[in-house]
Amino acid sequence: MNIHEYQAKELLRQYKVATPNGRVAQDAEEARQITKEYGGQSVVKAQIHAGGRGKGGGVKFATDPDKAAELFKAMMGMQLVTKQTGPEGRKVRTVFISDPVDIARELYLAFLVDRATSRVTVMASTEGGVEIEEVAEKTPEKIVKVVVDPALGLSGFQARQIAFGLGFSGDGFKKCVVFLQNLYRLFVEKDCSMVEVNPLVETKTGDVIALDAKIGFDDNGLFRHPDVLAYRDLNEEAEEEIEASKFNLNFIKLDGNIGCMVNGAGLAMGTMDIIKYHGGSPANFLDVGGGATEDAVKNAFRIILQDTSVKAVLVNIFGGIMRCDVVAKGIVNAAKEIGISVPVVVRLEGTNVEEGKKILAESGYNLIVGENIKDAAEKVVASIK
Amino acid sequence: MAVLVGNHTKLLVQGITGREGLFHAKGCKDYGTNVVGGVTPGKGGTEIEGYKVWNTVADCVKDSGANASMIFVPPVGAADAILESLDAGIELIVCITEGIPVLDMVKVKRVLAEYPKSRLIGPNCPGVITPGQAKIGIMPGRIHKAGHVGVVSRSGTLTYEAVGQLTALGIGQSTCIGIGGDPVNGTSHIDALRLFQDDPDTHSIIMIGEIGGTAEEEAAEFVKSYVTKPVVSFIAGQTAPPGRRMGHAGAIISGGKGTATEKMKALEAAGITVVKSPADMGIAMAERMGVKV
Repeated sequence: MNIHEYQAKELLRQYKVATPNGRVAQDAEEARQITKEYGGQSVVKAQIHAGGRGKGGGVKFATDPDKAAELFKAMMGMQLVTKQTGPEGRKVRTVFISDPVDIARELYLAFLVDRATSRVTVMASTEGGVEIEEVAEKTPEKIVKVVVDPALGLSGFQARQIAFGLGFSGDGFKKCVVFLQNLYRLFVEKDCSMVEVNPLVETKTGDVIALDAKIGFDDNGLFRHPDVLAYRDLNEEAEEEIEASKFNLNFIKLDGNIGCMVNGAGLAMGTMDIIKYHGGSPANFLDVGGGATEDAVKNAFRIILQDTSVKAVLVNIFGGIMRCDVVAKGIVNAAKEIGISVPVVVRLEGTNVEEGKKILAESGYNLIVGENIKDAAEKVVASIK
Repeated sequence: MAVLVGNHTKLLVQGITGREGLFHAKGCKDYGTNVVGGVTPGKGGTEIEGYKVWNTVADCVKDSGANASMIFVPPVGAADAILESLDAGIELIVCITEGIPVLDMVKVKRVLAEYPKSRLIGPNCPGVITPGQAKIGIMPGRIHKAGHVGVVSRSGTLTYEAVGQLTALGIGQSTCIGIGGDPVNGTSHIDALRLFQDDPDTHSIIMIGEIGGTAEEEAAEFVKSYVTKPVVSFIAGQTAPPGRRMGHAGAIISGGKGTATEKMKALEAAGITVVKSPADMGIAMAERMGVKV
């Protein structure tokens, strides 16, 4: 799960990780007021879950309070297009007003769970504001990397290693060490999967602060953090995906026209791949999971068919725990309730497959049987040609 | 003799009094696995449908001589259940549970290093099966056939797909290992490849990978230097969009890394037969083995 910048900064403050003053403004007047409080100037920042906001026009400097109000009006409700949003952009529903800081140096800092070492890893670089991948490629010697022992946490010497690596000395050095240790505490206590501070800033007055922060959480850890879960912004998620999550379905919208319903994440990806392989284009990723009920299957089907770009559906089930008769009943119920106007190819294999096939055959609906994964993929692609 | 699980396996089930735990304890027993019973804290001394229940894994091991455990404990207590099995000296721990917080697994992984005699499979996996002998897990036993192809995969149903194709072609399997779809897990592709290479009963290998991380690239390097048996591979997620988690917690292309294309290229460079369509796993293996179909 991802959260907004203003929410990330709330969490940082909670853990005494330095970040500029800033508040969400409800209207233009409040944007003006906050800017006055900050001495007459502010940074006006659109809040969406996508990077590249600055280049897309979602981060602007207000030279006076009136300008802040004006920027607020322009930003609120706009469709902000960045390199991560796609061409349709994302609607801005929240605007954050931040106290400007005098920047001496811009640095990069990230905490993440590194799969190669199976440990939390800290990456820091003196190249702030630049994408870390780019730095890693061109000047890998500029990256300081520290791997944290989960039993010990971020050790003092490791924090010092990073702070020295970032070129800190004196008072700034001490501040940076505290910053790192508090941020590590936030990372593990809140089950983060990634915290990226880009840029981390040393100000002209010698402070070390997170000018921007992106925090991602491990979805598997959310059950123990109701406070984090409260940060979820449904506006940032596709409608079908929210709907699917209510039934414990894993659904991701894609841009093709063949809807897929599959059990298991690997087979669901494999099914998308085989559709493409035979010249079609998948409209979604949908994993109904191992123990899906008849009702979940029915709803999965309904969600797929709601998408008007779907011209055909491929159901691919290899039942281990999942019983084919349950899937078949779910499909038939969906057909009864919502009607099926597009070709549906069904491939069933595994537990109770004969019962499942019988239910489909006796349903009276025109369901095309796929004998195996290849046959099913070929048939569904052919059905819309 | 295959690997990991077989006639020597004495299995205990952690969480045996739960619905899933009991259901699959029966499934394993029906397939021929020696299931000694299970563990549910607080229910020790009772029985459930003929299975003995102990309070702790240590008690169960002492009384029954169990050497393997299958975990169905919910995510909140699953990491702890793994630690309990390690502490009790269990050699093979198969964790089926899906949804364990990754930072819990980071801790488990660190402790695992201190128990060189124990192996963890999973979490978030279908388990391990040696066809004709025993299974620890949730896979449908009857689609398998005893033979000499080792199968290793991050995905459950895609493993069934591969196994189904092999069996339909009359090609049997030595052992099938589902290593699970989580980013931090107990056994890697490389570990499984090493087991298969060292196993005289395994003559060739199917390795199924997916997008995210670099495990497949590392496996490719390992194959180059260590594996002499023919390997066939499929990578799921060739059509997955970047930045989205495709069901499995580990299946995500981030920062342009972990794409199927990169993985397939690395595997091919290691002399592995890489199929583009998941329907071709069985047939490609038949070709590599010189089996007429």
